[in-house]
Amino acid sequence: MAKDLITAGARSFLDYAPAPESTSILHLQKSYGLFIDGAFVKGHGTPFASISPATEKHIAEIATATPKDVDTAVAAARRAFDKTWSKLSGADRGKYLFRIARLVQERARELAVAESLDNGKPIKESRDVDVPLVAAWFFYYAGWADKLDHAGLGANPQALGVAAQVIPWNFPLLMLAWKIAPALAAGNTVVLKPAETTSLTALLFAEIVQQAELPNGVVNIVTGAGETGAALVRHPDVNKVAFTGSTAVGREIAKAVAGTGKKVTLELGGKAANIVFDDAPIDQAVEGIVNGIFFNQGHVCCAGSRLLVQESVHDDVVDRLKTRLATLRLGDPLDKNTDIGAINSREQLDRIRELSDIGEAEGAERWTAPCVIPENGFWFAPTIFDNVSTSSRIAREEIFGPVLSVLTFRTPAEAIAKANNTPYGLSAGIWSDKGSKILAVADKLRAGVIWANTFNRFDPASPFGGYKESGYGREGGRQGLAAYLQPAGSARVRTSAYSQPRKTPRNALSAGDAS
Amino acid sequence: MQSPAPSPGTASTGTAPTGTASTGTASPAAPTIPAAVALAPAERAVRMLGGDLTERSLRLHLEGLSGVDAVGLEQRAAGLGTRSIKTTSKAWALDKIIELIDLTTLEGADTPGKVRSLVAKALTPDPSDLTAPRVAAVCVYGDMVPDAVAALGAAHGDPDAGLVSVAAVATAFPSGRASLRVKLADTADAVSNGADEIDMVIDRGAFLSGRYGEVFEQIVAVKEACRRDDGSYASLKVILETGELNTYDNVRRASWLAILAGGDFIKTSTGKVAPAATLPVTLLMLEVVRDWHRLTGERVGVKPAGGIRTSKDAIKYLVTVAETVGEQWLQPHLFRFGASSLLNDVLLQRQKLTTGRYSGPDYVTLD
Repeated sequence: MAKDLITAGARSFLDYAPAPESTSILHLQKSYGLFIDGAFVKGHGTPFASISPATEKHIAEIATATPKDVDTAVAAARRAFDKTWSKLSGADRGKYLFRIARLVQERARELAVAESLDNGKPIKESRDVDVPLVAAWFFYYAGWADKLDHAGLGANPQALGVAAQVIPWNFPLLMLAWKIAPALAAGNTVVLKPAETTSLTALLFAEIVQQAELPNGVVNIVTGAGETGAALVRHPDVNKVAFTGSTAVGREIAKAVAGTGKKVTLELGGKAANIVFDDAPIDQAVEGIVNGIFFNQGHVCCAGSRLLVQESVHDDVVDRLKTRLATLRLGDPLDKNTDIGAINSREQLDRIRELSDIGEAEGAERWTAPCVIPENGFWFAPTIFDNVSTSSRIAREEIFGPVLSVLTFRTPAEAIAKANNTPYGLSAGIWSDKGSKILAVADKLRAGVIWANTFNRFDPASPFGGYKESGYGREGGRQGLAAYLQPAGSARVRTSAYSQPRKTPRNALSAGDAS
Repeated sequence: MQSPAPSPGTASTGTAPTGTASTGTASPAAPTIPAAVALAPAERAVRMLGGDLTERSLRLHLEGLSGVDAVGLEQRAAGLGTRSIKTTSKAWALDKIIELIDLTTLEGADTPGKVRSLVAKALTPDPSDLTAPRVAAVCVYGDMVPDAVAALGAAHGDPDAGLVSVAAVATAFPSGRASLRVKLADTADAVSNGADEIDMVIDRGAFLSGRYGEVFEQIVAVKEACRRDDGSYASLKVILETGELNTYDNVRRASWLAILAGGDFIKTSTGKVAPAATLPVTLLMLEVVRDWHRLTGERVGVKPAGGIRTSKDAIKYLVTVAETVGEQWLQPHLFRFGASSLLNDVLLQRQKLTTGRYSGPDYVTLD
């Protein structure tokens, strides 16, 4: 074709011209303090830098909250709970939440840009998934605020008090919404600690809280590393601990709060099976596999990281999958055409590399999508391991990256057995055109969330949470609301140090440490 | 396609020309085909399904195709629709869209004058900017073919050579409700008048009542009617009328059926039934074409038609083609837009890119 530019080699249409989302909408400050009692205040710890994982460039300086700062934040939350928030009617709390939801929508583009910049996820995901879901979560729980009688705990359920919330870096703003929206709707006040590498959108959210004129102290945000989080969850004056993150840290938290009377919900790791039967809608299943493991660079606790494919269609599925992966576009998270962004941190990249090398050493067949890796930043190309055995570490451990392990099965019974053969139990996927088979298999899977002919779909009305080492408690829906409530007439939750004088927080802290 | 060269799908792969094998003759008279009776041995079907081609083996094949999950398909199409095509990519895409258009007039009120006007527009889409490329073809009713051929004159020919082809709708378009004898006469008439491409409709009634063999036989017969005296074939586009097939599973089956029977293109719609072309339906047909290519190395074209009116929409189709079957499909022998009003919107966008200003509908010509 003389006129065909493509075959003439002049250029390729698929090398889409850059389409970067502008960052001009962002007005970041050079440094951010802690958000306590309605105002930004200095932290007493050594500040740290938040960098863009795509370029390793400095974005802003973030304060570190010391145990003393945490104590100030919890005290502010306690005051707000006692004096204002618990005295407001549900309808009035709902108005504040609706206001926050609308502000999130108004500032959606800004929040999406900040999220992609700080986290490394593609703008199309922060724009089309994260931020719209954040607004949806606040809208959903705003509606619940004056209907707590229907939360399943009888008439007049009571808020728990102060909630300590620690969230991960994979969906920074969305996890904040999952935590804050139900807590506030139920009448609690919160102290939230974002992940060290992704504090930015939580601090922008603090601005939204100010904009919404939420009473001071209802939402407090303390930034910092693991020690800040530990101080927060161990604080004697919190009544509820909600954590999303790794199973190792979750276990520490469970130990720390054991016997204190604090209510706990933990949403931890996963190693989800994505089961593809031979009667699956193949093209959509391939899309679902891609969305299951390569969405958000695989930094998803419910990621479909174990592909269980029926032996009779294995070759076809893997072949199609490779063809599809070759079309994924890795690169600048702020480019609107980017499918795969940056790995969130060097630490996480190292872990992904280490486990991938182990996978190769253990004899699995490694295939990596052909893509150019940018010079700076943290990147990992989409990778498939085929012929993975059930005993391989990449089939057992959570990699939390764009790495898919492919295993096969012969019968539905074997698929169920293999899917359940994991210490985790957060999510699973089933692909089949046969409804009765989907229902029968779903019935036997031990996972908190099961998707049929789709994957990684979230809705505020749907409870989310895991079995076994994936944690306990549910977030989302009525169940997620009930996790922040107790039946009417319940004794006030007593934490281990609650009876101690409130004015000696340091003593109280050490008591917490000893537990 | 105008020359005795083999039909486009096979040209690039070096395999035998498509169309019915010479061993069998289509049986135009047979109204129904009992399961045991062999079907006309279209070459592709014989290669795929084996020599004992019957209604039953065809049905088993079509019903054995994997299902389509509607939610997932539409989600994927919507995802492809979010690609952001800017600056140089957009400029390339706009010109490419023009080169892929079958500029169409299919009205009861069509006259030789209207067709001449259409042809003039096809040859010089934008009189204010002669760098705008020509469209691939003009698409008219069969009786208008002589007028289109005459109006094109020396510019009539293969779009690869910068010329414009003539496509004719045939087989009792758009309903297809006529006897096979009439459909074949309709087709042969258009071909002998100089049509390079035939856009036929399948018998949706037969398809929906499960008489796949009958639909198959008709396509094979029409393909044979596309044969010119010199032994070459007019390119055959098979219109599935997806708006009447209703389900994606049906669209997938009909796509396979049309390809097995020898279609050079599969085309979504007549433009006379709503919904006409949609992005999910086109994506699904492209997936079938991709699978056919994976299995046989042979390239079949796709033509969405009807309802694509804006550059923005058309660019989504280009993206879908490139990311599903590959960029090599973005050429007139493998992808077409059946459209009438699309061209002017593309020209407006093109003028905007060239001049930096938005112009208005009075700055592009009517056809």
